[in-house]
Amino acid sequence: MIRTLPNSPLYKIGYRIYIGLFYLFLIMPLVTICVLAFNDSNFIALPWKGFSLDWFFSNTEERLGLFADEDLLLSIWISLKTGFIVALLSLIIGTMAALLFEQEKFRLKGLLYFLALTPLIIPGVILGISILLTSTFTGTYIEEKFAIDVEFLRPSFWLVVFGQFSFGATYVMLLVGARLKKFDQTLEEAALSLRATRLQVIWLITLPFLRPALIGAFIVAFLISFSNFNTTIFLVGSDPTLPVDLYSRIKFSSTPVLNAVSFMIVAFITLSAIISFVINRKKI
Amino acid sequence: MKKINSTLYLLLLPVLAWLIISIVVPHLDLLFKSFRFENDDGLMVFSLNNYLAFFEDEIYWLTFVKTALYSIGITFLAFVVTFPVAFYLTKVVAKKYSSFMVLLLLIPIWIGELVTIYGWMILLSDSGVINQFLLSIGIIDSPIEMLYTNFSMTIGLLYMSMLFMIIPMMSALESLDDSLIEAASDLGASKWTIFRQIIIPYTIPGIASGSIIVFMLVIGDYVAPNILGGKSSLWFTEQIYNEFLSTFNWNEGAAFGFLLLLLSSGIVWLALKLTGQKLDRVGS
Repeated sequence: MIRTLPNSPLYKIGYRIYIGLFYLFLIMPLVTICVLAFNDSNFIALPWKGFSLDWFFSNTEERLGLFADEDLLLSIWISLKTGFIVALLSLIIGTMAALLFEQEKFRLKGLLYFLALTPLIIPGVILGISILLTSTFTGTYIEEKFAIDVEFLRPSFWLVVFGQFSFGATYVMLLVGARLKKFDQTLEEAALSLRATRLQVIWLITLPFLRPALIGAFIVAFLISFSNFNTTIFLVGSDPTLPVDLYSRIKFSSTPVLNAVSFMIVAFITLSAIISFVINRKKI
Repeated sequence: MKKINSTLYLLLLPVLAWLIISIVVPHLDLLFKSFRFENDDGLMVFSLNNYLAFFEDEIYWLTFVKTALYSIGITFLAFVVTFPVAFYLTKVVAKKYSSFMVLLLLIPIWIGELVTIYGWMILLSDSGVINQFLLSIGIIDSPIEMLYTNFSMTIGLLYMSMLFMIIPMMSALESLDDSLIEAASDLGASKWTIFRQIIIPYTIPGIASGSIIVFMLVIGDYVAPNILGGKSSLWFTEQIYNEFLSTFNWNEGAAFGFLLLLLSSGIVWLALKLTGQKLDRVGS
């Protein structure tokens, strides 16, 4: 059953076949996209018509490749921008929350911690509609009362940032909090007894200790933002993020340029995963 | 003492602002708006009409029930499919391969749902890879209709959620001491007995957190049911989406959103009670 126990050959082979099938199931959609991104065809699926880079570089009416499609490039740029700002905001507030819940004592701590975890169990669609409702209502109210049009309260770039930040901070809090649990409190006590202020301790001792977790949490928050659809769709204005743009293309006008974009995402994620794997292995 | 307090407030205030502005107020507003209804005179009044609409129209509550049952079913399916994999990666395969195999599991998560679901769309369509393969080896004469059915929707939902089940199960299995299994095996226990009486009870915390995450992702998902599901496989999030972005009946949409929130948190609460788990363990 486990490494140290003997098993019948049939059991071993059966198990290996199952694992093989599972991994086949896992990579099948990814491999398919990657291969078809280079298909010399005007349709997203089979048949295979030969190798071509048209859906990356071509710039004709019939075949608008990824690097010639300005709308698509713009939505990638918007997603990168959104992801960066969301990750930064989430990192700041999420880290503060982790420090707060791990190190401070105050009334209603349990209730607040529960609230901070709720984005994990609120479906993204609900978060999207409730933020949309509240911001629209507030925006209309301000406009009627003070005759000021507050742009970010309408579906827009900044509303997307706000919506994604509201759950991004939770993931940062959990990742940083997990690292903080391993922190040796006596280091802080020593610094405090040597008359460092509490803020100096956080800045000079706690944060440097948390550095790897902070970098990891930033990357996680960025990726969550970059691929989010369920919340974003309700908050997006005239400038769609990449997932929103991809979605409307899949529904209404799918050309193989979709395969090309997906290929880029798959290739980028896989490469970064392998690089981080190699770096981590060297450390050990 | 005073210094410690000032740090507390420095951390507490931003975190409070995050939770109140982006979580508490929008959800209270969602609840409030769900009771607002425009009467025949065009005035907004307090009423239960939005909720009555849900019960009066069969398609709404049928979709609701179907979404709930499918989500529970897919969660169970995810457990059945991934448990052998989690066990294999922690207890069976040689250590030097396991970290690479775990890395492979993470790649589809980071690539994001939209791209992987799009991959499944290409795989399952009539001119897709699976149909073309079956046609070419002569098993079938005409393409099987797989896309836009409950089947394709289930595959998509399973694919995008199941990996979130493996990770918590693996961390539970990792702490299971191999000698317990060896001892049981030495005493003549069969594989089935070991599985039922040692492995499963020990993994319950991991199974519980995995199931909750999978269930929440599935019940709140929009992309997989909308892209892979057909007209017959309506998902409750799709109806919320229609209320907000097609018919612009936001108050009714708010009521539906609140019902979905009640349903999902109700089932999660029940699952936590039944397994004796706490929510803050699910996060870690």
